[in-house]
Amino acid sequence: MSVSNEDIIRNLRLSAEEIRKRVVEIIYSAKGGHIGGSLSSVEIETALYFYVMNIDPSKPGNAERDRFILSKGHSVETLYATLAARGFIEQSLLDTYGQFNSKLAGHPTRKTPGVELNSGALGHGLSVGVGLAIGAKMSDKAFRTFVLMGDGEQGEGSIYEAAMSASHYKLGNLVAVIDRNTLQISGKTETVMALEPMRERWEAFGWEVFDVKGNDMEDIVRTFDSFDYASEKPKLIISHTTKGNGISFMENGAKWHHGVPNEQQYKTAIEEIDERIEKMKAGC
Amino acid sequence: MINTIPCRKMFTDTLVELAKKDKEIVAVTTDARGSVTLDRFADELPEQFVELGIAEQNAVGVAAGLVSAGKKAFVCGPACFYVARSLEQVKVDVAYSANPVKILGVSGGVSYGALGFSHHSLHDIAVLRTFPGMHVVLPCDIYQTKKLVEALVDYPYPVYIRVGRNAVPNVYENENPEYKIGKANVLSDGDDLTIIGTGETVYHCLQAGKKLSGQGIKVRVIDMHTLKPFDTEIVEKAARETGKIITVEEHSIYGGLGGAVAEIVAQTGNAKLKILGIPDEFSIHASPLEIFKHYGIDTEGIIKAALSLLNQ
Repeated sequence: MSVSNEDIIRNLRLSAEEIRKRVVEIIYSAKGGHIGGSLSSVEIETALYFYVMNIDPSKPGNAERDRFILSKGHSVETLYATLAARGFIEQSLLDTYGQFNSKLAGHPTRKTPGVELNSGALGHGLSVGVGLAIGAKMSDKAFRTFVLMGDGEQGEGSIYEAAMSASHYKLGNLVAVIDRNTLQISGKTETVMALEPMRERWEAFGWEVFDVKGNDMEDIVRTFDSFDYASEKPKLIISHTTKGNGISFMENGAKWHHGVPNEQQYKTAIEEIDERIEKMKAGC
Repeated sequence: MINTIPCRKMFTDTLVELAKKDKEIVAVTTDARGSVTLDRFADELPEQFVELGIAEQNAVGVAAGLVSAGKKAFVCGPACFYVARSLEQVKVDVAYSANPVKILGVSGGVSYGALGFSHHSLHDIAVLRTFPGMHVVLPCDIYQTKKLVEALVDYPYPVYIRVGRNAVPNVYENENPEYKIGKANVLSDGDDLTIIGTGETVYHCLQAGKKLSGQGIKVRVIDMHTLKPFDTEIVEKAARETGKIITVEEHSIYGGLGGAVAEIVAQTGNAKLKILGIPDEFSIHASPLEIFKHYGIDTEGIIKAALSLLNQ
């Protein structure tokens, strides 16, 4: 039975909303986390884990697997919820998040199956991604590497060292994504430290740049479908997203960088997500 | 015995030979192929060589990625930069992420001599000792360096290796000395006093031991080639049996070899300890041997400290 593109998109959207719901649940339960940037990156991670990447939850150490590096490690809740949804970890493990000595730390660690790098300090992931991509080429392996960075993270100088080396070594098997939600902890990125013109800067570093509506599953899938991983240019997706995406009162608010919803806010958030999930299921 | 080969050269020559047989070995550097003596590796094994330009942070991260991709990565450059500029990458991408990268810090300590404090690395042992999972080694001569490289290739932990810039006299007469990471070597036995060195100071410790024995003083000399994991047993034994210990290091007197020994001796309370190293000041710029002499970590300085400790 063939699955139409429309079905694929519909299923991905549903998965994304289910992951979004788990993100809100575990942050509310843990009374801590980085909700804004986790919610903005739900669609891109869902697309990677459920559509793009060649991975097998039963073989998390398979040498041929595609790699995902969460360089913006503070958005760990989305990674954990995605790994649980994809079968790398038990859903019940998610409920331990924030508890004393939980296996799930407040930033990713490799103790969690499916996590490729301990992150949390910003500006590290792209270099490790470059190493993975060079390693794949040296060994004639087909695996691809995907690195998700924050936009505030773009202030770290080490990223540009990595950017230079990726184009120098013609790493077409490397994809970086910037979660461009335009907000960082202190406010608007352009006020804190201007990052524009982002596209031109990355093009000048020798990257092929793609502007994507990062909370629009159709646009994300279309973009990944267009990629030629055998090309000689590393690829950058500027993923235009909304911080706190999917929860009306959290959207575009810097205070929700690591805000924790109160009981009423939590109920409202879950209702909003449930409503969308119901509609999607009814649409099926 | 006169030796004209620097340890860094022995390291890279050995690595080239091993890498010819093991294609998973990769050397990474940061415009430092000359300083490290990696030219031969780059010329003979270009497919296993990664040049990253002057970008230490990226180099350490890339090395972690290479290891994660199944490679055996040696990232090589001046010690002063790798354990400062890229320290967070060493902490997070290498140690915390348990990527067994091998970090070769060349021209460590005061090897760069007159180039001054910016190029000296006198904090590396102290800092890296505090990173869980990180191993730290300082070979003392070319024979030990060769054995070390052979042991490192498949060693499953991240390791920082510090070697100097210039050729140093051999400590071991045997080209195939006993060597096990984490297990210190007793070079001469005695029960009046123990002198413990690491890296380039070991030769001076041995010479001091020989001269003191000429005066009838029985000196135990220990080559503490591994700073982490630390051979506590050999220190406890020396404290118990000799009661007096001198440590000698090309490093700050804070937190290095002396600090590690003090942590043991202070808790067992059975030995007097003198820590020789670089005091809390910006090291002078002079030739390495002049700096050793200035701070009393050469043969004469060690003898002086030994006699003083014995007279207490």
